Amino acid sequence: MNHWIIVPVVLPAILASVMVLSMRNELTLQRIFSVTGALAVLGITIGLGMQAASGQIQVYELGNWPAPFGIVLVLDRLSALMAILTAFLAVAVLLYAMGTGWDTRGKHFHPLMHFQLMGIFGAFLTGDAFNLFVFFEVLLIASYGLMIHAGGTMRLRAGLQYVVYNLLGSTLFLFALGTLYGVTGTLNMADLAVRIGEIPADEAGLVRVGAILLLLVFSIKAALLPLHFWLPETYARAPAPVAALFAIMTKVGAYAIIRVFTLIFGPDLSATASLIGPVVNVAALLTLTVGMIGILGAQNLGRLAAFAAIASMGTLLIAVAGFTPEATSAALYYTMHSTLGGALLFMTVDLVREYRGAWAGSLLPGPRMAHHGMIATLFFGAAIATAGLPPLSGFVGKLIVLDALRDAPQAALIWAVVLGTSLIAVLGFAQAGSTVFWKPAPVGAPAPEPQEGTTAPSGLPQASTHPAPALAFSVVFGLLFAVAGLAALAGPVTGYLAQTSAQLFAPDAYITAVMAAR
Amino acid sequence: MELLMASAIGALTAAGIYLVLRMRSFPVILGVSLLSYAVNLFLFASGRLAINLPPILHDGVHDYTDPLPQALVLTAIVISFGMSAVVVMLALGAYLSGRSDAIDMSAQDTENGQ
Repeated sequence: MNHWIIVPVVLPAILASVMVLSMRNELTLQRIFSVTGALAVLGITIGLGMQAASGQIQVYELGNWPAPFGIVLVLDRLSALMAILTAFLAVAVLLYAMGTGWDTRGKHFHPLMHFQLMGIFGAFLTGDAFNLFVFFEVLLIASYGLMIHAGGTMRLRAGLQYVVYNLLGSTLFLFALGTLYGVTGTLNMADLAVRIGEIPADEAGLVRVGAILLLLVFSIKAALLPLHFWLPETYARAPAPVAALFAIMTKVGAYAIIRVFTLIFGPDLSATASLIGPVVNVAALLTLTVGMIGILGAQNLGRLAAFAAIASMGTLLIAVAGFTPEATSAALYYTMHSTLGGALLFMTVDLVREYRGAWAGSLLPGPRMAHHGMIATLFFGAAIATAGLPPLSGFVGKLIVLDALRDAPQAALIWAVVLGTSLIAVLGFAQAGSTVFWKPAPVGAPAPEPQEGTTAPSGLPQASTHPAPALAFSVVFGLLFAVAGLAALAGPVTGYLAQTSAQLFAPDAYITAVMAAR
Repeated sequence: MELLMASAIGALTAAGIYLVLRMRSFPVILGVSLLSYAVNLFLFASGRLAINLPPILHDGVHDYTDPLPQALVLTAIVISFGMSAVVVMLALGAYLSGRSDAIDMSAQDTENGQ
């Protein structure tokens, strides 16, 4: 057995415990351990990715119990890809939090971050449905702590909303798992796939119920309309590095949809095939539309970025709903783009809030801020990436999605919605950007009331509390370059993704690897 | 027994959903707890209901009850216990600093923000 597979789960868990137990008041030590740990995990996931690239599916049996009796972790191309993406984002987020001093504004930022990483890696690597639930809970409980990091009334209230919504989602997840266990007697994903395939179509009523319940649970995570209500307020109020890390949290939902509805309820399964795709398609089109209109109608930059996150999930899930290998590799490319682009947007918005003092994220003309040119450049880049204009990866991503869905049943509608909403997004970003960066404040206009949660209570426009602005700016520019790089390297990346989705749509290899691991 | 179990799960779920929809933090916490009781019973029943049967292999015994749902329920109980503690702390914090126990936020709250 390859023990490296479990390291991305175990290492953050150990690091977080050590940090919280033995260095709770030593921020410098925490920072060293945290960043070193994240870099180590990044290295390990890249190593795992290189192993997975050969196409071999590796299985790690916890406690050496063979599947389906024990819990297994499974490393295939998809899980390796998502793990690398998470580790890369984690390094960027940790460095940004140190550069902006976000980790000094409350306690236990680094341990919570590593517990969160443990949950995310576990969710991507596990091959057991109940274990997926457990890792969802791990990442959620850490995200509750991160969400209210640095405190503040409105943040606490938004956090409460977020927690309650997700608790209901967890309950629904358990109902779904109970239903599936009652029908099949197993919760190992590969074993579930075998057993559900054996159930005759006219007795598959409960299987359909279980599939739809699972879809609802994952849609809550992925913020698919109409289950997106938790997202705007949560993301707009969350501390910026946390909101940037949450860019991968919605992708956990998308990942789970891709995994479960290619492996367990595959497109060849007559009981559910006609059910899932059309539902996700309609919901995703609505998600995209509402998200883009939200960008145009947002009253402040935080909500603008939150609605951009919803819109990107819409585009992603439109591609997922195709359930063909081409559409899935398009969805995976868009996943990479929207994770990096979403983090870029949230960090840029945070820089604007920080340097505009009392004006914070409000869409009102304010004074020139410090580092005006650099922040404006970043916002311009983030807007281009999110709206999907060339030359950044948003454009390439949308192009691949549209191309992959050319033969889909509702291709005309999908093309119209994706292209039309892009125009709305361009308008929304242009309006917001020109107000924030170009319009001079009217002479003698009073500064707005300082809002709670902003970091510059003095009201001075150029007050900043960043201890290391150079580090913060280089991280955000690094993300911008990563988005540009993703567009430049679109050829090799889509080559890997095509292999990934080919592996997903031939689930027999996965099932054989898990069930015959010894 | 099936009828008793099914109606207990149904009643708990209905009461839980009603309380959650009240949208004030204390009823919502109670409602979420009731929902977690309902789901625990549901998970327990997913291994089929049986009385006086052992879950562990013995010589000379032919009928068993399924031990796995019991393990799943234990996990779910522990998790929901932890989650309840977290949500109580959060609700208290939000109430004490915001002087409001409403879960939903008014339009003014959501627009004034950052």
